[in-house]
Amino acid sequence: MIEQILSHMNYIGAMALFVIGLHTVLTHSNLVKRIIGLNIMETAVFLFFVSIGTITNGISPIFTPTTQTGFINPIPSALILTGIVVAVSISAYSLSLIIKIYEFTKSCELKDILEDNS
Amino acid sequence: MKHLTALLFVALFLVLSWGVLSMPAMGDINAPAHNNLAEYYKTQSLNDTGAANVIAAIITDYRAFDTLGETTVLFTSIAAVVSIMGATAKKGDKHE
Amino acid sequence: MNDIILKTITKLLFPYILLFGFFIMMHGHITPGGGFSGGAIISAGFVLYTLTFGLHAAEAKLPHHVLKKVETAGVLWYILVGLVGTITVGSFLTNEQAGFPLGSAFSLLSSGMIALLTIGIGIKVASTMITLFRTLIEEHHD
Repeated sequence: MIEQILSHMNYIGAMALFVIGLHTVLTHSNLVKRIIGLNIMETAVFLFFVSIGTITNGISPIFTPTTQTGFINPIPSALILTGIVVAVSISAYSLSLIIKIYEFTKSCELKDILEDNS
Repeated sequence: MKHLTALLFVALFLVLSWGVLSMPAMGDINAPAHNNLAEYYKTQSLNDTGAANVIAAIITDYRAFDTLGETTVLFTSIAAVVSIMGATAKKGDKHE
Repeated sequence: MNDIILKTITKLLFPYILLFGFFIMMHGHITPGGGFSGGAIISAGFVLYTLTFGLHAAEAKLPHHVLKKVETAGVLWYILVGLVGTITVGSFLTNEQAGFPLGSAFSLLSSGMIALLTIGIGIKVASTMITLFRTLIEEHHD
Protein backbone atom coordinates (compact mmCIF):
# COMPACT_ATOMS: atom_id res chain seq x y z
CA MET A 1 0.00 0.00 0.00
CA ILE A 2 2.71 2.47 0.99
CA GLU A 3 4.89 1.53 -1.95
CA GLN A 4 1.92 1.85 -4.28
CA ILE A 5 1.40 5.42 -3.05
CA LEU A 6 5.13 6.17 -3.40
CA SER A 7 5.26 4.89 -6.96
CA HIS A 8 2.26 7.03 -7.98
CA MET A 9 3.62 10.15 -6.27
CA ASN A 10 3.45 12.37 -9.34
CA TYR A 11 -0.27 11.75 -9.92
CA ILE A 12 -1.12 12.29 -6.26
CA GLY A 13 0.88 15.53 -6.21
CA ALA A 14 -1.03 16.74 -9.26
CA MET A 15 -4.33 15.95 -7.53
CA ALA A 16 -3.20 17.83 -4.41
CA LEU A 17 -2.33 20.93 -6.46
CA PHE A 18 -5.69 20.67 -8.22
CA VAL A 19 -7.64 20.59 -4.96
CA ILE A 20 -5.60 23.52 -3.59
CA GLY A 21 -6.40 25.56 -6.69
CA LEU A 22 -10.08 24.62 -6.50
CA HIS A 23 -10.25 25.68 -2.85
CA THR A 24 -8.68 29.03 -3.77
CA VAL A 25 -11.20 29.67 -6.54
CA LEU A 26 -14.26 28.70 -4.52
CA THR A 27 -13.64 30.31 -1.15
CA HIS A 28 -11.86 33.63 -1.66
CA SER A 29 -13.88 36.66 -2.61
CA ASN A 30 -11.09 38.74 -4.16
CA LEU A 31 -11.18 38.41 -7.94
CA VAL A 32 -7.41 38.43 -8.54
CA LYS A 33 -6.92 35.57 -6.08
CA ARG A 34 -9.44 33.54 -8.05
CA ILE A 35 -7.39 33.98 -11.21
CA ILE A 36 -4.30 32.81 -9.33
CA GLY A 37 -6.25 29.71 -8.21
CA LEU A 38 -7.17 29.05 -11.84
CA ASN A 39 -3.46 29.18 -12.76
CA ILE A 40 -2.66 26.67 -9.99
CA MET A 41 -5.29 24.27 -11.39
CA GLU A 42 -3.83 24.59 -14.87
CA THR A 43 -0.34 23.85 -13.52
CA ALA A 44 -1.70 20.70 -11.87
CA VAL A 45 -3.14 19.45 -15.16
CA PHE A 46 0.13 20.12 -16.98
CA LEU A 47 2.09 18.22 -14.31
CA PHE A 48 -0.29 15.27 -14.57
CA PHE A 49 0.03 15.08 -18.32
CA VAL A 50 3.77 15.57 -18.71
CA SER A 51 4.68 13.05 -16.00
CA ILE A 52 2.92 10.29 -17.94
CA GLY A 53 5.82 10.17 -20.40
CA THR A 54 8.70 9.60 -18.02
CA ILE A 55 10.80 6.41 -17.90
CA THR A 56 13.08 5.41 -15.01
CA ASN A 57 16.78 5.97 -15.86
CA GLY A 58 15.85 7.80 -19.02
CA ILE A 59 17.54 10.96 -20.30
CA SER A 60 16.21 14.08 -22.05
CA PRO A 61 15.33 13.54 -25.71
CA ILE A 62 18.23 15.53 -27.19
CA PHE A 63 20.54 13.76 -29.64
CA THR A 64 24.27 14.28 -29.00
CA PRO A 65 27.15 12.56 -30.84
CA THR A 66 27.54 10.14 -27.93
CA THR A 67 24.01 9.33 -26.68
CA GLN A 68 21.50 7.97 -29.16
CA THR A 69 19.16 5.71 -27.13
CA GLY A 70 17.40 5.59 -23.80
CA PHE A 71 15.22 8.67 -24.18
CA ILE A 72 11.96 9.39 -22.41
CA ASN A 73 8.71 9.73 -24.33
CA PRO A 74 8.70 13.11 -26.10
CA ILE A 75 5.04 13.23 -27.17
CA PRO A 76 3.31 14.52 -23.94
CA SER A 77 5.82 17.39 -23.61
CA ALA A 78 5.19 18.47 -27.19
CA LEU A 79 1.41 18.43 -26.69
CA ILE A 80 1.48 20.51 -23.49
CA LEU A 81 3.37 23.40 -25.14
CA THR A 82 0.15 24.42 -26.84
CA GLY A 83 -1.77 24.14 -23.56
CA ILE A 84 0.57 26.53 -21.76
CA VAL A 85 -0.05 29.21 -24.37
CA VAL A 86 -3.82 28.76 -24.04
CA ALA A 87 -3.51 29.19 -20.24
CA VAL A 88 -1.64 32.48 -20.68
CA SER A 89 -4.30 33.77 -23.07
CA ILE A 90 -7.12 32.93 -20.65
CA SER A 91 -5.34 34.67 -17.76
CA ALA A 92 -4.71 37.81 -19.83
CA TYR A 93 -8.33 38.04 -20.96
CA SER A 94 -9.79 37.55 -17.48
CA LEU A 95 -7.40 40.12 -15.99
CA SER A 96 -8.55 42.69 -18.55
CA LEU A 97 -12.17 41.95 -17.56
CA ILE A 98 -11.24 42.53 -13.91
CA ILE A 99 -9.75 45.92 -14.79
CA LYS A 100 -13.00 46.96 -16.46
CA ILE A 101 -15.06 45.72 -13.49
CA TYR A 102 -12.87 47.77 -11.16
CA GLU A 103 -13.32 50.90 -13.26
CA PHE A 104 -17.10 50.41 -13.24
CA THR A 105 -17.79 49.43 -9.62
CA LYS A 106 -14.67 50.69 -7.75
CA SER A 107 -14.12 47.39 -5.95
CA CYS A 108 -12.34 44.06 -6.51
CA GLU A 109 -14.24 42.01 -3.95
CA LEU A 110 -17.07 39.79 -5.07
CA LYS A 111 -19.14 40.56 -1.96
CA ASP A 112 -19.29 44.30 -2.66
CA ILE A 113 -20.05 43.80 -6.35
CA LEU A 114 -22.91 41.40 -5.68
CA GLU A 115 -24.61 43.46 -2.99
CA ASP A 116 -24.12 46.58 -5.10
CA ASN A 117 -26.22 45.12 -7.90
CA SER A 118 -28.83 43.38 -5.75
CA MET B 1 -18.59 26.37 8.47
CA LYS B 2 -15.03 26.90 7.32
CA HIS B 3 -13.98 23.59 8.84
CA LEU B 4 -16.81 21.81 7.02
CA THR B 5 -15.64 23.09 3.61
CA ALA B 6 -12.02 22.20 4.40
CA LEU B 7 -13.17 18.67 5.31
CA LEU B 8 -15.10 18.42 2.03
CA PHE B 9 -11.99 19.36 0.06
CA VAL B 10 -9.88 16.77 1.91
CA ALA B 11 -12.53 14.17 1.09
CA LEU B 12 -12.39 15.22 -2.58
CA PHE B 13 -8.60 14.86 -2.54
CA LEU B 14 -8.87 11.35 -1.06
CA VAL B 15 -11.41 10.25 -3.66
CA LEU B 16 -9.28 11.63 -6.52
CA SER B 17 -6.07 10.00 -5.29
CA TRP B 18 -7.84 6.67 -4.76
CA GLY B 19 -9.03 6.88 -8.38
CA VAL B 20 -5.55 7.70 -9.65
CA LEU B 21 -3.88 4.72 -7.95
CA SER B 22 -4.98 2.36 -10.69
CA MET B 23 -2.92 4.13 -13.37
CA PRO B 24 0.47 2.64 -14.37
CA ALA B 25 3.34 3.46 -12.02
CA MET B 26 5.66 6.37 -12.65
CA GLY B 27 8.42 5.43 -15.06
CA ASP B 28 7.01 2.03 -15.99
CA ILE B 29 8.49 0.97 -19.31
CA ASN B 30 5.48 -1.20 -20.20
CA ALA B 31 2.99 1.65 -19.88
CA PRO B 32 0.55 1.95 -22.81
CA ALA B 33 1.66 5.56 -23.35
CA HIS B 34 4.89 4.33 -24.97
CA ASN B 35 3.51 3.05 -28.26
CA ASN B 36 5.34 2.54 -31.53
CA LEU B 37 4.77 6.15 -32.59
CA ALA B 38 7.03 7.27 -29.71
CA GLU B 39 9.60 4.66 -30.77
CA TYR B 40 9.53 6.04 -34.31
CA TYR B 41 10.03 9.60 -33.08
CA LYS B 42 12.89 8.55 -30.80
CA THR B 43 14.85 6.65 -33.44
CA GLN B 44 14.08 8.21 -36.82
CA SER B 45 13.76 11.93 -36.19
CA LEU B 46 17.46 12.63 -36.65
CA ASN B 47 17.47 10.96 -40.08
CA ASP B 48 14.21 12.56 -41.19
CA THR B 49 14.74 16.13 -40.11
CA GLY B 50 18.40 16.58 -39.10
CA ALA B 51 17.46 18.30 -35.83
CA ALA B 52 19.08 17.12 -32.60
CA ASN B 53 16.17 18.28 -30.40
CA VAL B 54 13.39 15.72 -30.79
CA ILE B 55 10.67 17.94 -29.32
CA ALA B 56 11.56 20.87 -31.62
CA ALA B 57 11.40 18.44 -34.56
CA ILE B 58 7.96 17.26 -33.42
CA ILE B 59 6.39 20.68 -32.98
CA THR B 60 7.89 22.32 -36.07
CA ASP B 61 8.17 19.48 -38.56
CA TYR B 62 5.88 16.52 -37.85
CA ARG B 63 3.10 18.57 -36.29
CA ALA B 64 3.77 22.03 -37.68
CA PHE B 65 0.09 22.64 -38.40
CA ASP B 66 -0.77 22.53 -34.69
CA THR B 67 1.83 25.22 -34.02
CA LEU B 68 0.19 27.36 -36.70
CA GLY B 69 -3.12 26.99 -34.86
CA GLU B 70 -1.40 28.04 -31.67
CA THR B 71 -0.07 31.27 -33.14
CA THR B 72 -3.69 31.93 -34.12
CA VAL B 73 -4.66 31.48 -30.45
CA LEU B 74 -2.08 34.09 -29.41
CA PHE B 75 -3.39 36.47 -32.07
CA THR B 76 -6.99 35.96 -30.87
CA SER B 77 -6.01 36.73 -27.27
CA ILE B 78 -4.52 40.06 -28.35
CA ALA B 79 -7.69 40.88 -30.27
CA ALA B 80 -9.89 40.01 -27.29
CA VAL B 81 -7.86 42.06 -24.78
CA VAL B 82 -7.62 45.12 -27.03
CA SER B 83 -11.35 45.00 -27.79
CA ILE B 84 -12.15 45.02 -24.07
CA MET B 85 -9.65 47.66 -23.01
CA GLY B 86 -10.38 50.01 -25.90
CA ALA B 87 -7.44 50.69 -28.22
CA THR B 88 -6.39 54.24 -27.55
CA ALA B 89 -5.01 56.33 -30.39
CA LYS B 90 -1.76 57.94 -29.41
CA LYS B 91 -1.20 61.63 -30.02
CA GLY B 92 1.28 60.91 -32.79
CA ASP B 93 -1.24 58.96 -34.87
CA LYS B 94 -3.46 61.94 -35.56
CA HIS B 95 -1.23 63.11 -38.41
CA GLU B 96 -1.82 59.94 -40.49
CA MET C 1 10.17 53.84 -9.98
CA ASN C 2 12.86 56.35 -9.13
CA ASP C 3 15.45 54.08 -7.59
CA ILE C 4 19.02 54.54 -8.77
CA ILE C 5 20.07 50.96 -8.11
CA LEU C 6 17.19 49.64 -10.25
CA LYS C 7 17.90 52.01 -13.11
CA THR C 8 21.63 51.26 -13.20
CA ILE C 9 21.21 47.48 -13.04
CA THR C 10 18.46 47.51 -15.67
CA LYS C 11 20.56 49.56 -18.07
CA LEU C 12 23.44 47.11 -17.57
CA LEU C 13 21.41 43.91 -17.85
CA PHE C 14 18.94 44.74 -20.61
CA PRO C 15 21.10 43.93 -23.70
CA TYR C 16 22.33 40.69 -22.11
CA ILE C 17 18.79 39.49 -21.45
CA LEU C 18 17.90 40.13 -25.09
CA LEU C 19 21.08 38.35 -26.21
CA PHE C 20 20.32 35.33 -24.04
CA GLY C 21 16.77 35.09 -25.36
CA PHE C 22 18.02 35.35 -28.93
CA PHE C 23 20.61 32.63 -28.26
CA ILE C 24 17.95 30.22 -26.98
CA MET C 25 15.76 31.01 -29.98
CA MET C 26 18.49 30.43 -32.57
CA HIS C 27 19.73 27.18 -31.01
CA GLY C 28 16.22 25.73 -30.74
CA HIS C 29 17.02 22.68 -32.85
CA ILE C 30 20.24 21.74 -31.01
CA THR C 31 19.70 22.48 -27.33
CA PRO C 32 16.56 22.49 -25.16
CA GLY C 33 14.50 25.62 -25.65
CA GLY C 34 13.06 26.75 -28.93
CA GLY C 35 10.65 29.42 -30.01
CA PHE C 36 8.37 29.77 -27.00
CA SER C 37 11.08 29.99 -24.33
CA GLY C 38 13.18 32.42 -26.37
CA GLY C 39 10.19 34.67 -27.01
CA ALA C 40 9.25 34.66 -23.34
CA ILE C 41 12.78 35.67 -22.27
CA ILE C 42 12.92 38.54 -24.79
CA SER C 43 9.56 39.83 -23.61
CA ALA C 44 10.74 39.58 -19.98
CA GLY C 45 13.60 41.93 -20.84
CA PHE C 46 11.24 44.51 -22.32
CA VAL C 47 8.79 44.20 -19.42
CA LEU C 48 11.67 44.86 -16.98
CA TYR C 49 12.57 47.98 -18.94
CA THR C 50 8.95 49.17 -18.90
CA LEU C 51 8.58 48.62 -15.15
CA THR C 52 11.78 50.50 -14.28
CA PHE C 53 11.66 53.49 -16.59
CA GLY C 54 7.93 54.04 -17.04
CA LEU C 55 5.63 53.61 -19.98
CA HIS C 56 6.67 56.74 -21.93
CA ALA C 57 10.38 55.91 -22.01
CA ALA C 58 9.66 52.32 -23.04
CA GLU C 59 7.33 53.46 -25.82
CA ALA C 60 10.05 55.76 -27.09
CA LYS C 61 12.38 52.78 -27.29
CA LEU C 62 9.93 50.42 -29.02
CA PRO C 63 7.05 52.38 -30.53
CA HIS C 64 3.55 51.05 -30.93
CA HIS C 65 3.46 51.07 -34.73
CA VAL C 66 6.67 49.03 -34.95
CA LEU C 67 5.24 46.47 -32.54
CA LYS C 68 2.07 46.11 -34.59
CA LYS C 69 4.01 45.40 -37.76
CA VAL C 70 6.42 42.97 -36.04
CA GLU C 71 3.57 40.91 -34.66
CA THR C 72 1.80 40.46 -37.98
CA ALA C 73 5.17 39.82 -39.66
CA GLY C 74 5.69 36.81 -37.35
CA VAL C 75 2.51 35.06 -38.45
CA LEU C 76 2.96 35.95 -42.12
CA TRP C 77 6.54 34.61 -42.09
CA TYR C 78 5.28 31.29 -40.75
CA ILE C 79 2.64 31.02 -43.48
CA LEU C 80 5.05 32.04 -46.25
CA VAL C 81 7.58 29.36 -45.22
CA GLY C 82 4.75 26.84 -45.34
CA LEU C 83 3.59 28.01 -48.77
CA VAL C 84 7.02 27.23 -50.26
CA GLY C 85 6.13 23.57 -49.84
CA THR C 86 2.78 24.09 -51.57
CA ILE C 87 4.41 25.71 -54.60
CA THR C 88 7.14 23.11 -55.18
CA VAL C 89 5.70 19.79 -54.00
CA GLY C 90 1.99 20.29 -53.38
CA SER C 91 1.60 19.89 -49.62
CA PHE C 92 1.71 22.59 -46.98
CA LEU C 93 4.65 22.78 -44.52
CA THR C 94 7.02 20.11 -45.85
CA ASN C 95 10.68 20.11 -44.93
CA GLU C 96 13.01 17.99 -47.01
CA GLN C 97 10.90 17.28 -50.08
CA ALA C 98 10.22 20.98 -50.63
CA GLY C 99 13.88 21.74 -51.16
CA PHE C 100 15.06 23.06 -47.77
CA PRO C 101 18.68 21.95 -47.24
CA LEU C 102 19.07 19.66 -44.27
CA GLY C 103 22.78 20.31 -43.69
CA SER C 104 24.90 18.35 -41.22
CA ALA C 105 23.46 17.35 -37.86
CA PHE C 106 24.48 19.05 -34.59
CA SER C 107 25.55 22.26 -36.29
CA LEU C 108 23.82 25.63 -36.36
CA LEU C 109 22.96 25.59 -40.06
CA SER C 110 21.00 22.35 -40.06
CA SER C 111 17.44 21.07 -40.36
CA GLY C 112 16.01 23.27 -43.10
CA MET C 113 12.61 24.64 -42.22
CA ILE C 114 12.87 24.20 -38.43
CA ALA C 115 15.20 27.14 -37.78
CA LEU C 116 13.06 29.52 -39.87
CA LEU C 117 9.83 28.50 -38.15
CA THR C 118 11.43 28.85 -34.72
CA ILE C 119 12.40 32.46 -35.42
CA GLY C 120 8.85 33.24 -36.54
CA ILE C 121 7.34 31.71 -33.40
CA GLY C 122 9.80 33.52 -31.13
CA ILE C 123 9.11 36.94 -32.61
CA LYS C 124 5.35 36.35 -32.44
CA VAL C 125 5.38 35.26 -28.80
CA ALA C 126 7.65 38.13 -27.69
CA SER C 127 5.57 40.84 -29.36
CA THR C 128 2.33 39.33 -28.03
CA MET C 129 3.55 39.38 -24.43
CA ILE C 130 4.84 42.96 -24.73
CA THR C 131 1.57 44.19 -26.27
CA LEU C 132 -0.52 42.44 -23.62
CA PHE C 133 1.54 43.98 -20.82
CA ARG C 134 1.35 47.48 -22.27
CA THR C 135 -2.39 47.26 -22.88
CA LEU C 136 -3.10 46.15 -19.33
CA ILE C 137 -0.87 48.73 -17.64
CA GLU C 138 -2.13 51.80 -19.47
CA GLU C 139 -3.97 54.40 -17.47
CA HIS C 140 -6.80 56.24 -19.07
CA HIS C 141 -6.75 59.89 -18.08
CA ASP C 142 -10.38 60.79 -18.68
